Amino acid sequence: MLQNCIDKYVEEKIHLAAKAISKSAFEKISDGDVILVYGCSSLVNYILCDAYERGRKFRVIVVDSRPRLEGRETLRRLVRKGISCTYVLITAVSYMLPEVSKVFLGAHALLANGYVMSRVGASQIALVAKAYNVPVLVCCETYKFCERVQTDSFVSNELDDPDDLIVTQKGKTELQNWQDVASLRLLNLVYDVTPPDFVDLVITDLGMIPCTSVPVVLRVKNVDQ
Amino acid sequence: SELVEYFKSQMHKNTDVASGVAAIRTLLEFLKRDKGETILGLRENLTKAIDKLTSVDSSVAVSSGGELFLRFISLASLEHPDLSECKKVMIVRGELFLKKISLSRDKVAKLCHTFIKDGAIILTHSYSRVVLRVLEKAAAAKKRFTVFVTESQPDAAGQHMADALRKLNVPVTLILDAAVGYVVEKVDLVIVGAEGVVESGGIINKIGTYQLAVCSKAHNKPFYAVAESFKFVRLFPLNQQDVPDKFKYKADTLKKSNNLAEEHPMIDYTPPSLITLLFTDLGVLTPSAVSDELIKLYL
Repeated sequence: MLQNCIDKYVEEKIHLAAKAISKSAFEKISDGDVILVYGCSSLVNYILCDAYERGRKFRVIVVDSRPRLEGRETLRRLVRKGISCTYVLITAVSYMLPEVSKVFLGAHALLANGYVMSRVGASQIALVAKAYNVPVLVCCETYKFCERVQTDSFVSNELDDPDDLIVTQKGKTELQNWQDVASLRLLNLVYDVTPPDFVDLVITDLGMIPCTSVPVVLRVKNVDQ
Repeated sequence: SELVEYFKSQMHKNTDVASGVAAIRTLLEFLKRDKGETILGLRENLTKAIDKLTSVDSSVAVSSGGELFLRFISLASLEHPDLSECKKVMIVRGELFLKKISLSRDKVAKLCHTFIKDGAIILTHSYSRVVLRVLEKAAAAKKRFTVFVTESQPDAAGQHMADALRKLNVPVTLILDAAVGYVVEKVDLVIVGAEGVVESGGIINKIGTYQLAVCSKAHNKPFYAVAESFKFVRLFPLNQQDVPDKFKYKADTLKKSNNLAEEHPMIDYTPPSLITLLFTDLGVLTPSAVSDELIKLYL
């Protein structure tokens, strides 16, 4: 009984939602677009592959960042589909942005005050995109909407293993004994929050909404339940 | 066909009525005369009628008014499975909807005219019946104000606006579209109408509105938009390019032209960041509140 419930929830809120989001997103992708994506979001990958299958002509710029290098997975999936991609690190973003027509970001959560919690680096991309007047679209299923409120990335975040930041080049590891250096701390954050002013549009399974309408959706959802 | 004839006659008979209202009145008439046998058939016929109307007048208001009418009455079809019963309910609801929206312009005017202070200098764009009603109400409330109106080429609609205002004894000056940047430092507030209000809280209006909004923002002047609620439409443009072509050009241009890129667009999109407040019959809204209202209207 409980298993059926869970399966139904997964089917509706996750799989069908992805299809609905892909349908809305398809309208926003035009022929000749240059789309920038960051990291690895299964939803954004699904949208891009679906749009490509339906015949839209576009190319993708995959932005990646250390230490997780999740963009490689995105690159693998898109190239396998046949989509022409460019791969850059996040440091080159302001160089690439003048040729980009839109930015697609995934989200880990959408907070009640309209802030988007995503992989660390996403808010940087949104900031630079805003400076270049490039529209930023966030794709997010409604189950990721949460009632928490956060205005900056420090008040609550996850810390990842600081040793991941250490780089070994040509057999030399500069930071090998960083713990012994009293004045040095390595900080490896996992998430960051993007303010709603940098996000132009949120595509959800309920439709396309502006970032500030998240509390309305939460209210509607609570009424439904 | 007779549908189109009725629509055109409605538009001619009363030039004061918005094209969206005329479209809804036409659809209601169509509903009354429809001889469909099933509810599904009725819905299909209505959708076809809306398509035909948009092919005659491709403005945003006709499209949004039609869609809202369809939603407003189709909720009835869920409750009454019997066709004749359902049709009666639909017609009653349709009349109610029509009555509500004919009063909406007055409601908007009542809300907005209080924002016009005595001695104000107002800048407006092109010809808008809603803005005219607002200014009428303000003049009736014994407020003294002067108005600058942009000429608004290519159809010089601003001339109509200036003539109408002169009849109200309001001091009015007609300015070139290019003179907007020059004039905006003198004005206290900017009021424009809207052909459509989109989900983001931005507006679609006669070409030149976006420039006006950018100039007002640069000079920190409040930019107000006035629109009735039937103009709310389920579009979410990201930029000027993203607005569908069927709204940008007149219906005849769409049919005749070979290369749309050579035609001049008739409308533009003003993003919500440039709009201070929106006056609608649902109340005075900030651009971010528009999406909340749309969710309530459509869900």
